Amino acid sequence: MSTATETPAQHGLAAHSHGAGTKSVKGALDRFASFDVADHSVPHGREEEWRFVPMSRLRGLHDDAALDGSDYTVAVDVDPRVTATSVGADDSRKGSSTYVPVDRPSARAWAAAEKTFTVDIPRDEIIERPSVIRLTGTSADRGAAGHLVITAGRHSKSVVVIEYDGSSSFVENVEVVAEDGAELTVVAVQDWADDAVHLAHHHVHVGRDATVKHAVITFGGDLVRNGTTLNYAGPGGDATLLGLYYADAGQFIENRLVVDHNTPNAKSDVEYKGALQGKSAHAVWVGDVLIRKEATGINTYELNRNLVLTDGARADSVPNLEIETGEIEGAGHASATGRFDDEQLFYLRARGIPEDLARKLVVRGFFASLINRIGVPEIKDRLMTTVERELAVAEELAAEAAGDA
Amino acid sequence: MSTLEIRDLHVSVETENGPVQILHGVNLTVNSGQTHAIMGPNGSGKSTLAYALAGHPKYTVTSGSLTLDGEDLLEMTPDERARAGMFLAMQYPVEVPGVSVSNFLRSAKTAIDGEAPKLRTWVKDVKTAMDNLRIDPEFSERDLNTGFSGGEKKRHEILQLELLNPTFAVLDETDSGLDIDALRIVSDGVNRFSSGGDKGVLLITHYTRILRYIKPDFVHVFVGGKVAEEGGPELAEKLEEHGYADYVGEGAAV
Repeated sequence: MSTATETPAQHGLAAHSHGAGTKSVKGALDRFASFDVADHSVPHGREEEWRFVPMSRLRGLHDDAALDGSDYTVAVDVDPRVTATSVGADDSRKGSSTYVPVDRPSARAWAAAEKTFTVDIPRDEIIERPSVIRLTGTSADRGAAGHLVITAGRHSKSVVVIEYDGSSSFVENVEVVAEDGAELTVVAVQDWADDAVHLAHHHVHVGRDATVKHAVITFGGDLVRNGTTLNYAGPGGDATLLGLYYADAGQFIENRLVVDHNTPNAKSDVEYKGALQGKSAHAVWVGDVLIRKEATGINTYELNRNLVLTDGARADSVPNLEIETGEIEGAGHASATGRFDDEQLFYLRARGIPEDLARKLVVRGFFASLINRIGVPEIKDRLMTTVERELAVAEELAAEAAGDA
Repeated sequence: MSTLEIRDLHVSVETENGPVQILHGVNLTVNSGQTHAIMGPNGSGKSTLAYALAGHPKYTVTSGSLTLDGEDLLEMTPDERARAGMFLAMQYPVEVPGVSVSNFLRSAKTAIDGEAPKLRTWVKDVKTAMDNLRIDPEFSERDLNTGFSGGEKKRHEILQLELLNPTFAVLDETDSGLDIDALRIVSDGVNRFSSGGDKGVLLITHYTRILRYIKPDFVHVFVGGKVAEEGGPELAEKLEEHGYADYVGEGAAV
């Protein structure tokens, strides 16, 4: 495929890019960003970026609630070659990803974080064992701000896992910098207690010929909102953005992504999968991919799938592709939200597998395929165990519903 | 001996614009030990027959009967039909991400047999069957049908046929999209299956090509949702020469 206009089969290009796309490119690229909190007006919920969010559950973190809390502990388990330590807010690594806060909570956390937590993988080192940073909240009473910078040195290869649990009202920025030729996997696992609110912004900066796999997994929390933005420091970068979320009754989980193709010959592949169960479980996924004029020869694909397991849950899915150059290799997106895939169930049942077992296989497969893509065996079993725990709730709800009927 | 009996079968399919009647009274009796070819032009209802036999939820039997040794298949769910001895090799096998081929095969075998297969013999059986079909052993760890090429999907259907070893196999255009080598490999698999005992095969195809490798005892020409003509293998030769032109006018009039 050489130009956008010649690819009618690629849904995104044919259906969206021309007309509406050109106009919104400007909007998205002109997206407001500033370090100064005062430059970001307090959102009220009618703004495009906030329209899905139940503002009253933000605890004022988007407004001016204090962010000076420190009710959390951080545990570190890393290979001796990796440096993971807390440094001052004026450390030069802060801001090294080129990120400028795009919304008020992010700007507030940037200003409020007294320390910067840094994880450094030295150049040329190949480190098999995942570096694990675990943040455990001890109270959600007072807002807290965090700043994390992960830097993968040139031609290094490593895995960093950030785990969150406990209770918290946490606003943070996470910067991920993969220097030239680095191969980095970053996995954030949000396994919060039910009362946690977490507003996170991740910015990923992909070096020349670097390969980054970034995954966000959200199980717990009352309200979790993740912004993930990504751009490239040079040509040839390869980014995979993965996400898995499981929204239970009353839970709100939002993921907003902007992949900014600002260099030639780069790749991006986005796959977010979610399951929802229970009354007013709500998940939102908004994926924007921008292909700038200079981003020739790039290839991008984004996919969001939602599995709605019970009545009363709601999933919003908004993929968007904005293209300024036709000189690309490929671009596309897909989104699907629904119940079980009847064709998959039929296929298994046509081989004799009873319906309940077929259902279990299909649903577990839905998660397993994404967890396999993350490719970190050390956390795979634990993630599947959490999925099993969540599914047990779904199966209970289904049994209750059947009992009522 | 087993008998699959289709009597005056009328089937409709769910579409966006409501149900559409596709089969208009199909009569067919397949005894084990026999191979029947069902041939017909596109849109004649061949695949609908296949799905209706397997119990696909989108297809509704509006009248007629379907029995296996006198047992009413229409009363059975798709999985019950499979456990009763029916097998459908699908034209478009569905991708099931996250479910490995090995897990799927073992789950299906356990369901069909009512007990888990003995590990040692099972591993050997799978390996032999895969070798026969020239399927790479690493296939076992791949996600079911996910990212398989068209030919791989078809060979994988026949792998299941051989391992699950049903009484009746319905092959829905298993030959379409296969090159000649793959067609031979797949046909050999079907022939191994039928020679393995008292088996019935219902071979649905658009082309006569596969009948060079799988010899039918009976040929039925399907037009407009019913059987328009029946005969022996010679009927396939006639179709090879004349195509479906003789029938299509009649089909349109139905």
